[in-house]
Amino acid sequence: MEKIKFQIDNKECEALYGQMLVDAARDNGIYIPTLCNMQGTNPCGSCRVCTVKINGRYATACTTPVACGMEIESETDEIQEIRNALIELLFNEGNHFCPTCEMSGNCDLQALGYRFDIMAPRFSYQWPKRAVNTDCPYLIIDYNRCIRCKRCIRSIKDEQGKSYFAFLNRGDKIEVSIDTMMAKNMSKELAELAAKNCPVGSILLKGTAYKTPIGERKYDKNRIGSCVENAQLTAKMEELK
Amino acid sequence: MKKPIIATASLAGCFGCHMSFLDIDERILKLVELVDIGKSPLTDIKAFTQRYNIGLIEGGCCNSENVRVLQDFRENCDVLISLGECAIMGGLPALRNGIPIEDCLNEAYRDGPTVQLNKEAIMPNDDELPMILDRVYPAHEVVKIDYFLPGCAPRADLIWEALLALLSGDKMDLPYELIKYD
Repeated sequence: MEKIKFQIDNKECEALYGQMLVDAARDNGIYIPTLCNMQGTNPCGSCRVCTVKINGRYATACTTPVACGMEIESETDEIQEIRNALIELLFNEGNHFCPTCEMSGNCDLQALGYRFDIMAPRFSYQWPKRAVNTDCPYLIIDYNRCIRCKRCIRSIKDEQGKSYFAFLNRGDKIEVSIDTMMAKNMSKELAELAAKNCPVGSILLKGTAYKTPIGERKYDKNRIGSCVENAQLTAKMEELK
Repeated sequence: MKKPIIATASLAGCFGCHMSFLDIDERILKLVELVDIGKSPLTDIKAFTQRYNIGLIEGGCCNSENVRVLQDFRENCDVLISLGECAIMGGLPALRNGIPIEDCLNEAYRDGPTVQLNKEAIMPNDDELPMILDRVYPAHEVVKIDYFLPGCAPRADLIWEALLALLSGDKMDLPYELIKYD
C-alpha cells in the first residue's frame, strides 16, 4: 500500500493510510506524550495531553488520522507549554499523593511530570472528595487518583461486550463507576487486565503492592517515551553498521 | 566577602527532608565552607538576627504557628525553597483535607480506638497551643516560594546540586534519576 507523506517539526515522515497521528509518529521515532491512548482500543481523546498543531490548528494526535501533506508542530515551546499545563491540571484536579501511592514509579502521569520537569503545579489544589471502592474481590479502585482517561471503560468488557465500568455525572462532577454486581463476579484475569490498563494508581490489584524495589520501577531510570526515541536511535546505529 | 547564610524550618513535616539534607554526608564540610547555617533545627538558633540569603522550607502549613514561621521566613530570606512533597502539595498531613476538622479532632482526642485516658473528653484548647487550620496548605499558597525541590524526601544529591547552583549562579543540569515525587 502507498505511504502517506507528512511532516512533524519539519521532519519528513511516512504513515500508512488511516493510521492515527500518535501511532504514525511512534513508527517514525517521534514520541508524542499520551495518557488516555491505548493500543488496541478506539482512541477517545479525553486527556488532551497529545495536543499538537496541525497546519496551524490544535488537535489531539490520538484521534486524528494522518492525511497527506500535514505539517505538524509537536515539540515547539507553545505546544510543550500547553501539554505541561494539562499535566499540571491533572495533578491539581485529583488527590495525587505520590509518596503513599503504590503505583509510584510505574505511573504514567507521574512519569509525564518527570518528563516535563514539573517541580510544582502552578494551579491551586482542588482537594475533591472521592471514594475508594472494593466491590471487586481482586481490585481496589481509588477514585482519588482517577484521571478519567476512560481506558477501563473502553477495554474491560464481558463476553457480550458490556463494560464493567461507566461514567457517572457530567462536567467536573464526572466520575468512573463500576457495576456492583458485575464487579463481584469479575474474573481474576480481567481484574489483572484492568489494573494493567490503568495509567495511574486508580485501579490496583489487591495483594501485589510494592513488589518492585525503588530504583527498578518502570520510570525510575527511563524517561517515559525514551523507548520510542531510543528505538529510532538504535535503528540508525544499525543502518550505520 | 561575607558567606551567604542559610535558614531551615520544618513545618508540618516529618523531618525527613532535613535528614535527606544531612545525607549529603561529607559534603557538609564543603557546605560550611560555602555558607553559614543560621536559624535552623540543626543549629538550634531560634530567631532571625540578620538578613538571610536562603530559606529551606520543609512541610506545609497545618496550624497558625506554621503560618507565622513561614511568613517570618519570607520576610527575612531573599530566596525561599520548598523542600519536599509536604511543602509542595501538603503531603501526608494533607490526607486530612477531605475530612471536616471536627471529625479529625474527635478521632484524635475523643473517639479514636487508642484514646483511653481522656475520660472527660477534653479537647486541647490553650492559648499556648497553635490553632489548627481548616486544611493543610502548601507553602506556596501562603507566601511566595521561589524554587521547588520535589521528592519524599528530596534526594540528597538534588538538594546539594540545587544549593550549589544557587550559590554559584550556574544553570542546574540534573540527571533524570534525581527528580522524583516519592
